[in-house]
Amino acid sequence: MKNSYKIILSRFLSNYGMLGILIILGILFSILTLRDQYPSGEDAARSLSKVLSTYSHDSSILIISRDTGDDSLFATSLDKRLTDQGFNSIKIISGDPLTVRKQISALPDSEKVSLIATSYAAAPMAFSIKNEMPGFANTIITPPPPYRWPTFLLPDNLRNVANQIAVIAIMAIGMTLVIITAGIDLSVGSLIALSAVVTAWFVGQVGGESATFWGMVLSGLIGIVLCGVIGAFSGLMITRFRIPPFIATLAMMQVAAGFAYVISEGKPIYHLPESFILLGRGAEPFLKIPYAVILMIILYIAAHILMTRTTIGRYVYAVGGNMEAARLAGIRVKRILFFVYMLCGILAGLGGVVMASQLKSGAPTYGLTYELYVIAAVVVGGTSLSGGEGRIFGTLIGAFIIAVIQNGMNLTNVETYTQKIVLGLVILGAVLLDRLKQMGMGKK
Amino acid sequence: MKTNSPNITSILQITGIRKAFPGVQAISRASFDLNPGEIHALVGENGAGKSTLIKILTGAHKADSGEVLLDGKLVSFGSPLEARRAGIAAIYQEFSLIPSLPVSANIFLGRENTTHGLISPRREIKDTIALFNRLGLKLDPETPVGNLSIAHQQLVEIAKALATKSQILVMDEPTAALAPHEVESLFGILRDLKSEGIGIIFIGHRLEEILEIADRVTVMRDGATIGTWNIGEITRAELISQMVGRPIEEEYPKSKAIFGETYFEVRGLTGGPVRDISFSARRGEILGLAGLMGAGRTEVVRLIFGADNKSDGQIIIGGEKCDINSPKDAIDCGICLLTEDRKAQGLILMASCRENFALPNLESWSHLGFVDSKREIDRFSERVRSLNIRLSSPEQRAEDLSGGNQQKLLVARWLETNFEVIIFDEPTRGIDVGAKHEMYLLINELAARGKVVIVISSDLLEILEIADRIIVMREGQISGEISDMATATQEKIMALAT
Repeated sequence: MKNSYKIILSRFLSNYGMLGILIILGILFSILTLRDQYPSGEDAARSLSKVLSTYSHDSSILIISRDTGDDSLFATSLDKRLTDQGFNSIKIISGDPLTVRKQISALPDSEKVSLIATSYAAAPMAFSIKNEMPGFANTIITPPPPYRWPTFLLPDNLRNVANQIAVIAIMAIGMTLVIITAGIDLSVGSLIALSAVVTAWFVGQVGGESATFWGMVLSGLIGIVLCGVIGAFSGLMITRFRIPPFIATLAMMQVAAGFAYVISEGKPIYHLPESFILLGRGAEPFLKIPYAVILMIILYIAAHILMTRTTIGRYVYAVGGNMEAARLAGIRVKRILFFVYMLCGILAGLGGVVMASQLKSGAPTYGLTYELYVIAAVVVGGTSLSGGEGRIFGTLIGAFIIAVIQNGMNLTNVETYTQKIVLGLVILGAVLLDRLKQMGMGKK
Repeated sequence: MKTNSPNITSILQITGIRKAFPGVQAISRASFDLNPGEIHALVGENGAGKSTLIKILTGAHKADSGEVLLDGKLVSFGSPLEARRAGIAAIYQEFSLIPSLPVSANIFLGRENTTHGLISPRREIKDTIALFNRLGLKLDPETPVGNLSIAHQQLVEIAKALATKSQILVMDEPTAALAPHEVESLFGILRDLKSEGIGIIFIGHRLEEILEIADRVTVMRDGATIGTWNIGEITRAELISQMVGRPIEEEYPKSKAIFGETYFEVRGLTGGPVRDISFSARRGEILGLAGLMGAGRTEVVRLIFGADNKSDGQIIIGGEKCDINSPKDAIDCGICLLTEDRKAQGLILMASCRENFALPNLESWSHLGFVDSKREIDRFSERVRSLNIRLSSPEQRAEDLSGGNQQKLLVARWLETNFEVIIFDEPTRGIDVGAKHEMYLLINELAARGKVVIVISSDLLEILEIADRIIVMREGQISGEISDMATATQEKIMALAT
């Protein structure tokens, strides 16, 4: 069935064609942010040890660093590497300029220093020592060599992009389902605020800063369930009373926002335990992928399976494609609609918990206009607002397109207001491109 | 056989048209001509190339080669608008009317007469009345189009097409949705248009209508025009064998099923326009449901199927009362319904054939909510083979299938359910002769397997030939029953229906 492959290929292109745009944007911002990078920590130690390997092994080396985590890592790692290379006279001095100076003055004259290896953070310190302190005039100062690399592509930046978009991307899963049924959910932005506030408030009730892990989990679940209930209520209004989704969720948007203000009395809720930020800012130790991003990836895989392999997924597409035909094929249309609005609420609630964790507080102002970003992610991801068509991973791509544009503009110092204009035009352009492509295909 | 020798008097002459789409030679060789004041029918099975030819004529497609001569002048339309301006009006099966706007606004939609940028509704109404008088129509120009019957909407569509001066009118299956008396009044109007010198290209599937109204008929098969005949020089049977490319022994195969016990019963069914309907059917019996459009036939089967809410009545299957409140309940009770409008109520057009096929069966093909895709594709392949559904791939969009294949796909999926009662609402509407024949064979086979088969059809000839018994409806009630098929005639049905 050669034809089958052709169709599958063309479907892939139309479903995930936005991936191309994401890649182009990535390349664009990589080029625009190509500049000298100054390594730190382990990387700095590695590259500097290579530079130093050309010097005589008898040189006495002084490693200077600040006493920050990254710098200490640099110092110990460099020490180890140089020792392994066979250098036998290595000394580490770290701390603020005053301490460092003191320690250097305390060095016996016999230990003449021929090389100072320094981190970037400590480099100004090293140069002032060379200039000002006697006996260092001939000392060579070697900071780690800089290298050309796009700031955009730095692992830290990529992690940041992913972590920044995680909340929107998680909510966009639910929105994708809703939009595939030809509906819309405007309440998700307010649900973030409600969920964040409710979670933070409950953490406060179960001990505030001394709340236990399970106490926090329970608080998060309460926030999520509450949002699920509100989503279910929208679903009920839409199915039982045939209120248009736009109106029903517009109303719930106001209601949820109102509740968030009432519960928090209009003020952000702080006093959360330090460990509360684990979900939002923590990362697994190996690749340092943030937990929020891992959660997002797991949810996307689960949603993809739901939509492609299960009866519910098939029914969601069918209901959006032709509600009457789906009903006449024996599908319980109302149940499906109820389910998607409830799920959308639950995921918005989860997004709120992640956001509260990222910001270590819950405030009623969270998530303002997020519904628009979420809808934009879904639409840019190729899901049709008229229903019946759309792909879960398309939405992830859409979310990342938005994240990459925002991040790229921040890195290239585009001003906030201009960013809005660009973002709006890019969303329009992305969808327009998709339209043109489909029109081209339809024309043959 | 009359050859297409160049005719000086013809207003339209199409010669040597070829048109290919990626992967398909849609038209390999097509020639056609039209005289003023003539109704020239274009017939052929679905996929024979009729609509492509018409789309080339009306500017929606461009031919790869060949000539279109209009009044002896070579033309090539870049868009439907250009064709319209040249005097070619087309009416497609899908109406282009806006239901919420009044008739007059629809007639002038897109070419409103304005004074200082403002429309005068009063003048539009006046102009519409003038137009209707010319065409002999009696319709209120101020009624919203949505309130009109399908037949009247069709007439509005024709009036709209003729509001601008047209010398050629192309009609794609204009009678598909019409009841017999409405067809007659449409034909009356077509004859009037003929006498005004307008040439009409009439595309249709109902051969008896074509034999009645047309002056000449051209048959298309496999992308080529096979020949053109004067009506009167060709019989119905000859026409059919030209269309399918082989002789057909019997147009309506007879059911040879043996009737079993009374299995399906409806008592006092009431809801919407339907009042107090009671009937029963036996296993192996093909029960026809006849009546005019709007008599409530579709409404009755929708009530049975749970698609609409009934206010009263019982449905009894195999002696047991079934509590049916939704299509899901009906399917669980073993009833399936092939809806009259396969595009609006049957298929998910944008979804693949496989997905459409699987829809009502997913629950039984899944474990813990996960679809058994191997089973799905196996069942699909088997049904595609056994029902001879023509498609390029299981992933092809349902939208892209021909009408007959769409219909077969919908039947195929019901065959997968555990059904004992199957209802066909207009099963052969808009499908070609070959597919119709297959549909009749399928209906007979289901009856032979002891199923209860209920068929609704507006085609009186068809229902007389295939049904074992006919119930006639009028104004939401049963007005009579015809059980002696040997003496049944179209007139008898009409007498009960009106």
